Amino acid sequence: MAVDLARMARRWEGLILVLLVGVTVWASLGVDGFANGSNVSFLLLDTTEIALMALTMTLVIVAAEIDLSVASTLGLSCAVLGRLWNAGLPIEAIMPICLLVGAACGAFNGLLVTRLGLPSLAVTIGTFALFRGLAYVMLGDQAVAGLPPAYTSLATASVGPIPLATILVAVLAVVAAVVLHATGLGRSIFALGSNVEAAFFAGVRVKRIKLWLFVASGTMASLASLVYTFRYASARADSGMGLELAVVAAVLLGGVSIFGGRGTLPGVLMAVLLLGAVRNALILADVANEVLNFVTGLLLVASVLAPNLGAVWRRRSSPQVEGKSVT
Amino acid sequence: MDETPVLSLSQVSKAFGAVRAVREVSLQLFPGEVHALAGENGAGKSTLVKILSGVHRPDSGRILLDGEPVEFGGPADAQRAGVAVIYQEPTLFPDLSVMENIFMGRQPRGRLGIDRRAMRASAAELFARLGVHLDPDQPARGLSIADQQLVEIAKALSLQARVLVMDEPTAALSGTEVARLFGVARTLRSQGCALLFISHRLEEIFELCRRVTTLRDGAHVASDLIADITPDDLVRRMVGRELDALFPKQETEAGEVALKVRRLTREGVFTDVSFEVRRGEIVALAGLVGAGRSEVARAVFGIDRWDAGSVEVDGKRLRPASPTAAMAAGLALVPEDRRQQGLVMDLSIERNIGLAGLSALHRGPLISRLAERERARDWAVRLRLKFGRLSDPVNVLSGGNQQKVVLGKWLARRPSVLIVDEPTRGIDVGTKAEVHRLLSELAGGGVAVLMISSELPEVLGMADRVLVMHEGRLVAEIPRADATEESVMAAATGRSAA
Repeated sequence: MAVDLARMARRWEGLILVLLVGVTVWASLGVDGFANGSNVSFLLLDTTEIALMALTMTLVIVAAEIDLSVASTLGLSCAVLGRLWNAGLPIEAIMPICLLVGAACGAFNGLLVTRLGLPSLAVTIGTFALFRGLAYVMLGDQAVAGLPPAYTSLATASVGPIPLATILVAVLAVVAAVVLHATGLGRSIFALGSNVEAAFFAGVRVKRIKLWLFVASGTMASLASLVYTFRYASARADSGMGLELAVVAAVLLGGVSIFGGRGTLPGVLMAVLLLGAVRNALILADVANEVLNFVTGLLLVASVLAPNLGAVWRRRSSPQVEGKSVT
Repeated sequence: MDETPVLSLSQVSKAFGAVRAVREVSLQLFPGEVHALAGENGAGKSTLVKILSGVHRPDSGRILLDGEPVEFGGPADAQRAGVAVIYQEPTLFPDLSVMENIFMGRQPRGRLGIDRRAMRASAAELFARLGVHLDPDQPARGLSIADQQLVEIAKALSLQARVLVMDEPTAALSGTEVARLFGVARTLRSQGCALLFISHRLEEIFELCRRVTTLRDGAHVASDLIADITPDDLVRRMVGRELDALFPKQETEAGEVALKVRRLTREGVFTDVSFEVRRGEIVALAGLVGAGRSEVARAVFGIDRWDAGSVEVDGKRLRPASPTAAMAAGLALVPEDRRQQGLVMDLSIERNIGLAGLSALHRGPLISRLAERERARDWAVRLRLKFGRLSDPVNVLSGGNQQKVVLGKWLARRPSVLIVDEPTRGIDVGTKAEVHRLLSELAGGGVAVLMISSELPEVLGMADRVLVMHEGRLVAEIPRADATEESVMAAATGRSAA
């Protein structure tokens, strides 16, 4: 059974790759303006924040937790940036403060989860509202503009068709993939995501690892907030509203199990690109925004459903029932 | 015995892919008789049970009910035919009461919905038939496993079960609980029920059963009357070869004190526990289930915190409540619950073996896949692990082989103190002997072994000294020469505090 799942996980990533190639080919042929350099560049740039947050979200979900507060953390970090910029601080001083704010948000989540043993779903739904609320308290509904052009242009600059932000994503993606797939920490994350008790009995520092995963998630959200703010040249409290769903969608579509213990980073990155490409192509094809959300939702439901449908189908074909009860 | 069997299997086969789990097995269950099903892990017992209970459909062969061929399309069909299965660990609804569990989906109805009084009376009557005392109103949560099994048996009775299959019911029970279960089994037998009893404990088979059917590698080896065979005969049928001594104890010189536990107390769990284990020694920690043995082991290893006392390994005091500190000091714990605590079932053999020693697999900042695989292969070979590929998840292995993976995971760390909690529970006779030989060799090599076991033959056969716990206290320390079933049981039940 689990052999099948492992094999399927690999096949799942294959499927995402096929879909990604398929959508790209279809859009290149059928959608005007998809396949030109500036659009590809925009597509990549537009997925930056989602991709960044998806990296740490992958680690968090593999560890059988979730962080729904990432987009709110991003918003709070933007608000802090705006407030401090208004107060006249140099941007070079503000940026590390923003990263610290993100780390603190993550640590807050992490401490509630590990010290009090609360479920991260509940904790981060709470902080989802809390951090966003705090962002509004700090900045109200004003949009802080007039940010230094050196940074705003850097955020949208490209090397050829590749935006600098994408290079940042690529570097961090390699780091995250190496951590998850080639270090003892990664092994520990898979183990505790799959069976936290057995991991603890094997000497894995469960609480410490989970705490740091939340800190990483928060820090990454504030890093994404810097890209976001400079990209739009404006800091607002409502920045990144709703992005947490896109992030979770990408991670699940990328083949990470919502129950933890299974998933790969390459799969998630392909899913980020897939969702971005679909969205971009539909926008170019003048599809209404409501339909866009519908399609994203459909892909998400399909990604959660498909592996389970496979299992149901297999159970039908060979009656190897896992449960013990006969009633 | 010219009666018709209630239920019989005739030349039944079942394959899963290329694995032929059961091959042309025949089995006849007579009313008023307890029939044992024996075999090593992986011999096909579980598959056979699942065929009887309608979970699996046989590929070929027939199932006969009262001599008439029947087909079980699913568990519901088997249940209607009067076949009920009691599992090692029943799955009750924890928040419902005992009687609600028994009558789930079939509650007696009165004018105002469920007639709780009628339900209570019926439940009480069922327990009276079984000769046990259980409160029908008690919630299932908090019932011991033994009591949960009784609830399942009562449920089976309420469904007019004529065939009761008990799949390793005694594995997690204490001595008195086993005795009570056997009482119930005899009552059911005298009421004309046919019972199929599965256990790894030969003495139980010989105590309770009239016939025994032995499986090996999915094939039917023999069906005997218990009266006609000896335990050695049965082991030979199961293993298919002469077994090495089951308890290959080597005599070793006890060396330095490796583990020193001083006045360890965890409030409400165990009190004032002091003992030492020397290098080269195997010390058994005996006692009834619930006496606090596993809890002491957990605290020593840092899983739980302790309230008072100290633990020293090789003269160094351990920081409390830190498995990592315990491991760094040279402790290893093979826990009681293999599937939940010992292994990450979805992960591969190599990753499980590597998990307790990740730092040793690092080359620079990265894990070396090669080192990881080599470490796993090395221990798989040494422990004679039967496996397909090292990248297979451990949940495809049999229980005995899973236990070898847990052992390999810890032995790869070269511990100076090894604590094993029920090291051979639920594993087959052949692997049991291997585990015993391994423990003996480890002690011979200078490891201090602390072995918690509920199996007295194992305790008596393997230990240099026996420590006995009773209700959270260490009540006796018995040297090998004086350890007998009587002396250990007397201490374990609190009858002597010598």
